[in-house]
Amino acid sequence: MATYLEFIQQNEERDGVRFSWNVWPSSRLEATRMVVPLACLLTPLKERPDLPPVQYEPVLCSRPTCKAVLNPLCQVDYRAKLWACNFCFQRNQFPPAYAGISEVNQPAELMPQFSTIEYVIQRGPQSPLIFLYVVDTCLEEDDLQALKESLQMSLSLLPPDALVGLITFGRMVQVHELSCEGISKSYVFRGTKDLTAKQIQDMLGLSKPAMPMQQARPPQPQEHPFVSSRFLQPIQKIDMNLTDLLGELQRDPWPVTQGKRPLRSTGVALSIAVGLLEGTFPNTGARIMLFTGGPPTQGPGMVVGDELKIPIRSWHDIEKDNARFMKKATKHYEMLANRTAANGHCIDIYACALDQTGLLEMKCCTNLTGGHMVMGDSFNTSLFKQTFQRIFSKDFNGDFRMAFGATLEVKTSRELKIAGAIGPCVSLNVKGPCVSENELGVGGTSQWKICGLDPTSTLGIYFEVVNQHNAPIPQGGRGAIQFVTQYQHSSTQKRIRVTTIARNWADAQSQLRHIEAAFDQEAAAVLMARLGVFRAESEEGPDVLRWLDRQLIRLCQKFGQYNKEDPTSFRLSDSFSLYPQFMFHLRRSPFLQVFNNSPDESSYYRHHFARQDLTQSLIMIQPILYSYSFHGPPEPVLLDSSSILADRILLMDTFFQIVIYLGETIAQWQKARYQDMPEYENFKHLLQAPLDDAQEILQARFPMPRYINTEHGGSQARFLLSKVNPSQTHNNLYAWGQETGAPILTDDVSLQVFMDHLKKLAVSSAC
Amino acid sequence: MNVNQSAPPVPPFGQPQPIYPGYHQSSYGGQPGTTAPPTPYGTYNGPVPGYQQTLPQGVSRAPPSSGAPPVSTAQSPCGQAAYGQFGQGDVQNGPSSTVQMQRLPGSQPFGSPLAPVVSQPAVLQPYGPPPTSAQVTAQLAGMQISGAMAPAPPPSGLGYGPPTSLASASGSFPNSGPYGAYPQGQAPSLSQAQSHPGVQPPQRSAPPLASSFTPPASGGPRMPSMTGPLLPGQGFGGPPVSQPNHVSSPPPQALPPGPQMTGPPGPPPPMHSSQQPGYQLQQNGSFGPTRGPQPNFGSPYPGAPTFGSQPGPPQPLPPKRLDPDAIPSPIQVIEDDRNNRGSEPFVTGVRGQVPPLVTTNFLVKDQGNASPRYIRCTSYNIPCTSDMAKQAQVPLAAVIKPLARLPPEEASPYVVDHGESGPLRCNRCKAYMCPFMQFIEGGRRFQCCFCSCINDVPPQYFQHLDHTGKRVDAYDRPELSLGSYEFLATVDYCKNNKFPSPPAFIFMIDVSYNAIRTGLVRLLCEELKSLLDYLPREGGAEESAIRVGFVTYNKVLHFYNVKSSLAQPQMMVVSDVADMFVPLLDGFLVNVNESRAVITSLLDQIPEMFADTRETETVFAPVIQAGMEALKAAECAGKLFLFHTSLPIAEAPGKLKNRDDRKLINTDKEKTLFQPQTGAYQTLAKECVAQGCCVDLFLFPNQYVDVATLSVVPQLTGGSVYKYACFQVENDQERFLSDLRRDVQKVVGFDAVMRVRTSTGIRAVDFFGAFYMSNTTDVELAGLDGDKTVTVEFKHDDRLNEESGALLQCALLYTSCAGQRRLRIHNLALNCCTLLADLYRNCETDTLINYMAKFAYRGVLNSPVKTVRDTLITQCAQILACYRKNCASPSSAGQLILPECMKLLPVYLNCVLKSDVLQPGAEVTTDDRAYVRQLVTSMDVAETNVFFYPRLLPLLIVVKQEDKLEMLFKHFLVEDKSLSGGASYVDFLCHMHKEIRQLLS
Repeated sequence: MATYLEFIQQNEERDGVRFSWNVWPSSRLEATRMVVPLACLLTPLKERPDLPPVQYEPVLCSRPTCKAVLNPLCQVDYRAKLWACNFCFQRNQFPPAYAGISEVNQPAELMPQFSTIEYVIQRGPQSPLIFLYVVDTCLEEDDLQALKESLQMSLSLLPPDALVGLITFGRMVQVHELSCEGISKSYVFRGTKDLTAKQIQDMLGLSKPAMPMQQARPPQPQEHPFVSSRFLQPIQKIDMNLTDLLGELQRDPWPVTQGKRPLRSTGVALSIAVGLLEGTFPNTGARIMLFTGGPPTQGPGMVVGDELKIPIRSWHDIEKDNARFMKKATKHYEMLANRTAANGHCIDIYACALDQTGLLEMKCCTNLTGGHMVMGDSFNTSLFKQTFQRIFSKDFNGDFRMAFGATLEVKTSRELKIAGAIGPCVSLNVKGPCVSENELGVGGTSQWKICGLDPTSTLGIYFEVVNQHNAPIPQGGRGAIQFVTQYQHSSTQKRIRVTTIARNWADAQSQLRHIEAAFDQEAAAVLMARLGVFRAESEEGPDVLRWLDRQLIRLCQKFGQYNKEDPTSFRLSDSFSLYPQFMFHLRRSPFLQVFNNSPDESSYYRHHFARQDLTQSLIMIQPILYSYSFHGPPEPVLLDSSSILADRILLMDTFFQIVIYLGETIAQWQKARYQDMPEYENFKHLLQAPLDDAQEILQARFPMPRYINTEHGGSQARFLLSKVNPSQTHNNLYAWGQETGAPILTDDVSLQVFMDHLKKLAVSSAC
Repeated sequence: MNVNQSAPPVPPFGQPQPIYPGYHQSSYGGQPGTTAPPTPYGTYNGPVPGYQQTLPQGVSRAPPSSGAPPVSTAQSPCGQAAYGQFGQGDVQNGPSSTVQMQRLPGSQPFGSPLAPVVSQPAVLQPYGPPPTSAQVTAQLAGMQISGAMAPAPPPSGLGYGPPTSLASASGSFPNSGPYGAYPQGQAPSLSQAQSHPGVQPPQRSAPPLASSFTPPASGGPRMPSMTGPLLPGQGFGGPPVSQPNHVSSPPPQALPPGPQMTGPPGPPPPMHSSQQPGYQLQQNGSFGPTRGPQPNFGSPYPGAPTFGSQPGPPQPLPPKRLDPDAIPSPIQVIEDDRNNRGSEPFVTGVRGQVPPLVTTNFLVKDQGNASPRYIRCTSYNIPCTSDMAKQAQVPLAAVIKPLARLPPEEASPYVVDHGESGPLRCNRCKAYMCPFMQFIEGGRRFQCCFCSCINDVPPQYFQHLDHTGKRVDAYDRPELSLGSYEFLATVDYCKNNKFPSPPAFIFMIDVSYNAIRTGLVRLLCEELKSLLDYLPREGGAEESAIRVGFVTYNKVLHFYNVKSSLAQPQMMVVSDVADMFVPLLDGFLVNVNESRAVITSLLDQIPEMFADTRETETVFAPVIQAGMEALKAAECAGKLFLFHTSLPIAEAPGKLKNRDDRKLINTDKEKTLFQPQTGAYQTLAKECVAQGCCVDLFLFPNQYVDVATLSVVPQLTGGSVYKYACFQVENDQERFLSDLRRDVQKVVGFDAVMRVRTSTGIRAVDFFGAFYMSNTTDVELAGLDGDKTVTVEFKHDDRLNEESGALLQCALLYTSCAGQRRLRIHNLALNCCTLLADLYRNCETDTLINYMAKFAYRGVLNSPVKTVRDTLITQCAQILACYRKNCASPSSAGQLILPECMKLLPVYLNCVLKSDVLQPGAEVTTDDRAYVRQLVTSMDVAETNVFFYPRLLPLLIVVKQEDKLEMLFKHFLVEDKSLSGGASYVDFLCHMHKEIRQLLS
């Protein structure tokens, strides 16, 4: 198996792709019996420091319906200067520039190690990046101050030629005109009125070629070929102005009477931001960054009324169909998100408040446009500050880790069809011969738009094997898939990244072992989880769980080794051994369980789950637990209540939280301040070790996790206790008194019980 | 001119009539004033000419040739008569006060009223007595002249000069000083004048007609109120006879002029003295006396002096038959009243006293009735029954100016604080405590003087009565001893039961292309910087409590945050004009001193910011809406100052289209030109009133802006409209800035409700003015300043009692400019009569005209203009016919007999009929008419007086040739036949006479 693990790892590193199956069943029927669909996790912009982009354009297959990119899998006739498309078998002439091509003089795209290659497109205008800040002013003074500082700081992080804009909102929405001398101007909109894009542009004076005021002075050299907008200006030009403007921002001045929420026009503000960019810079990389400190309380997109006595909707309300604003608001934001996506812009939401802020309704804005969603308690926390700062982090080349307006196109060889994709994308509705009629995720298309993406953005892409089993594939035949991602690089270049992969076909009846051995259970778990979460957005929770369980049982029946009706005989091969455990934790995860989570939190967790890469996704499904003790070096331990021991320090990473938990004894020692005594320096080191490791994780992760430092009996220990497998509970008291960990007070089933049931069902012939 | 204006009826005055005849006699007592009228008819133009002499009154220009010249010169100094008039206050056209009639066309030249004055006086006096009648005629003549020949004007002007002199006699003396100076310079003018004379001759041609009249004249024993002196006798008695002023014996006059001219210069002084005395006497008679004028008329004759000034005319006069002197001269009347009543304070203690004319400077002592500055009535003696009232047709109306400004010598109303219980009121009719309330039962109760209800006196207000039944503390309490006073209002009198916040002023400036191009915006911003230091404040307050805000706009609105803590102002643009709202709360309305730096910075920047604008479209209703919403958000009342340039055609609520159509004039659809083209503004105005948001509109149109529609909101909110057509900084700056300064600085009350209570028997039934009414009794005024006037009409609903008279109480609840809620109370007691003669003796023509003009101007909204005009004429004829029938001594049917105190009614009414609204000239735009219409609606008596009868001030330089200005100028020569077809004074008198005769027969 080692070989397969290496193979998988290599492929991931080179191409950013992980398939659920690395040997593909060659017939449709067999494929469906595999239970886990043929699918992959694709990280289109995976960082490849070793992959310099080539400075020319890709060579395309000349068949209009194919247009696949020349790749190492193509057969090349060097003498005739011809190449055969490996997807449609069209024979194509090389372009004149390839005249000197030969076996020893190959272009990069023909070399096997360049199965992933990036082209830089030189033509076309280069448009600057655009950052439009949409800022809630209904904040507490501290929060607003902190936010202002963060925003001011961010100006120094932006590329100097980037265009920035500022919209503030509270009861009203103000679009600030930048670059005004002497007097600051803003256009003000009612927060309660839904305006069409056309109205917004008219009111902002964007629909006319020449604007009355300002401008006109010196005949402006065309700085941009676009309508130069007074609301979006190059940062280098208005740096000072904008800094001052931000500095002078005041809290929303309208009085808020007691017992009321401030009137917050988030819906209109976003609508105006979208309309503004739509009118001025369509199809240009742009980020709308929404900073909000509470739920929208008026106008289109309102999530809750301004009466404090009526709380914002909970899952309970939603189940009872009691969330009166939810549907309308969701519709509003979906409409905005779709428009934004159509324009190639993305929306980020930075929501910092103790209560919910309406992320449930607004989630589509980020989910459909590839924007970030960040949830925190306050803008005055390092969680927000550092997360926000990290948006502007740079890669090894000094480029921002963000890309815009990407289009992902997938091409398959004829034995495969595309069923759909799950991730921060919208369908471009491009039908074609390789599009399946069975949809998984966002389907019915071979192209998706990803308006904002970064090096970790990952899509799950699902396929369908369509080859009939009566049309066997010749021995050694390989299936191929090509991913073509066109995007605007943060350097404003247009780039195309092409990844072409191939996998062997195998006959499931004769070569099941091969297929089984090539199963990537991690990828499979994440891909199945994405499907589950995707379903959970539209289906009842229990239904999804049942579906997941059934899939698991079927998988076990297919690939387990057992004697009928004998649970104890049940065995799974190594390549499947962890899969049930992933499913166990997935069932307990906040992605599928809404209990104890607000609708906003669920949306937040799901948002991130649907876009992170495999490693992060696995952490989300099954948090990692490290143990620190005097007994040896730090080691990963089971995510189980039995790991909670008095003389251990535990570090748990759930992706969203980093929890450091001091065992009972350790906590007592710490209280006794042993760590301050020179003779117990080793204790001090022990205490320090998890902190250092936590720092490392904190530094690398986006968004910044919530950092929790707790101890045995601490209230925050719940974060740990809710995650571990409740192997000991008040129900199995026999464990009491032994030094085997801590009992968890829960009725949840433990992994053990879960597995027992699974085995019983798998071996039962009833299913 | 047999026009006997005489007010025969009024015995006292009556005498005047004689004047007519008098003319000839002129010398009579000259009660010229009275006389005047009758004759005119014939005269129309024709006669007039002859009359030129008529001018006499005003010192008539008659004699142009001779004396005139000098005069004129003098006059010229005054200058501008036409417009200037106001300035001077008194006098209309001519020479200051005086007389003026001069308006003889030519008059223009006069400019120098003063000069004339001098001469006139001289003249008049001499003639004085006799002249009265003569004068009248003279005036007529003058008018005619003007009408007749264009050229004439100039000359006549000179002629007028003389009139001026008259003026001088009256009170205008001051002017005289100047005049003196003029003379010299004027020399040249004189020459002109002379030339005019020449012109005049033509007029004379008219004479023929006149002549015809003349006959009557003779007949007419002018009641000549002139008799003024006669007062007592008034009866036409002896004097009258003589007076026969009616008679138009122009000829004589003519002659006189010449002499007068000469006379004036030197003699004047003496003359005055002599005359004055005479006048005074007349005073007694009331008007009669006043009429210095008559004397003037007289002067003509003798006076040739008068004419003197008007060289030309005089000569012609002789030929005429009508006696110009017989025509009542407003100038003379004014002059006389000045002389007779200007020196003694008017003490209000006596019920039913007729106050001096508005043109007279007098002091008022409040002894229990409201000063005439606050309330003037058409009659101070009300018929006891509605039958009588119907018979007389004299409208019963009061013109109320609740916040009128007082001269510095008069104390503003005392503020009374009745503590937490609020002002003491009658339990039944809610009338406020006033001097007429009767305390009974030893002071424990009081009987309401309005509804007779008996109320308990609250313990804290109890006071013993003295032996006369008066409270011992009556003189310590303003509400028991004065006609006007104020109460502090309690919270019950406040909106939402909350004491108001200080009001705010919002300046809303059009910054479209037109406004920028003309330099208006720059000028305005510059001015505001200093003007903001002069916001009205209350009493001795150190700084004004009023907060200010700024908005600019074209097709979108720009609000400004000028919070003191800001380093620079912030502009907030609202483009959603369809659904206007206020984008900010804090920092929009600020204290001027606190935010001075930011405001100055803003005002510096506004002209710069929009310097390159190419936006030509504007919105209007959203601007008002925005201002109103801003006040609402700030929970205060206030005033919007809108500076607007063009028809609001941008897509927005209240969008207007150009619907100007001159073809509608004189059709049944003409009224639509006065009506707003959309109801949106009425709705908006209602909202404004509810918020206490008053709107002042400054218009700077280059073309049609639909004033009729734009002025709806100012009109209904108690605001003002100012209009500067084709504004150019060089020409209009001064006028605009002075209007603006005045408008910003004037004290104003907000969120006001006015209620007029009356004692049983009469009842307020109709209201005219700039305000809104949501029911039939409460006049709601979003804003009310010291210039705004409400005219209230009363009708009988029961019999009145002669003994108890009739009481009016006007209560105004308002928020002062410091944000204090107050009640201002004005009380007025009137007499009641059972004899029509008493009614006619106690009328006030100026007030009548005020009412009639407002009535007519409202009428044009619903009826064809022709109907409105006819209604006016009919009413006037009925009034006069009733007088003639019931009060005047029998006389020849050919004579026109006018009540002494109404002898100017015809001339004034003719002015109303000839005003732009009722008879537009070719050069008068639809906007002008709508503007004037709304302007008059809130005018007080003094303003309508001078508006309809502009004073001519002699000024040499003004008009030389037939250019535009001259046309304009002629427009103000209201006694002449107007280009647009309005009748001359004389013509109108004739017409009126005819009407009356018809009624009588």
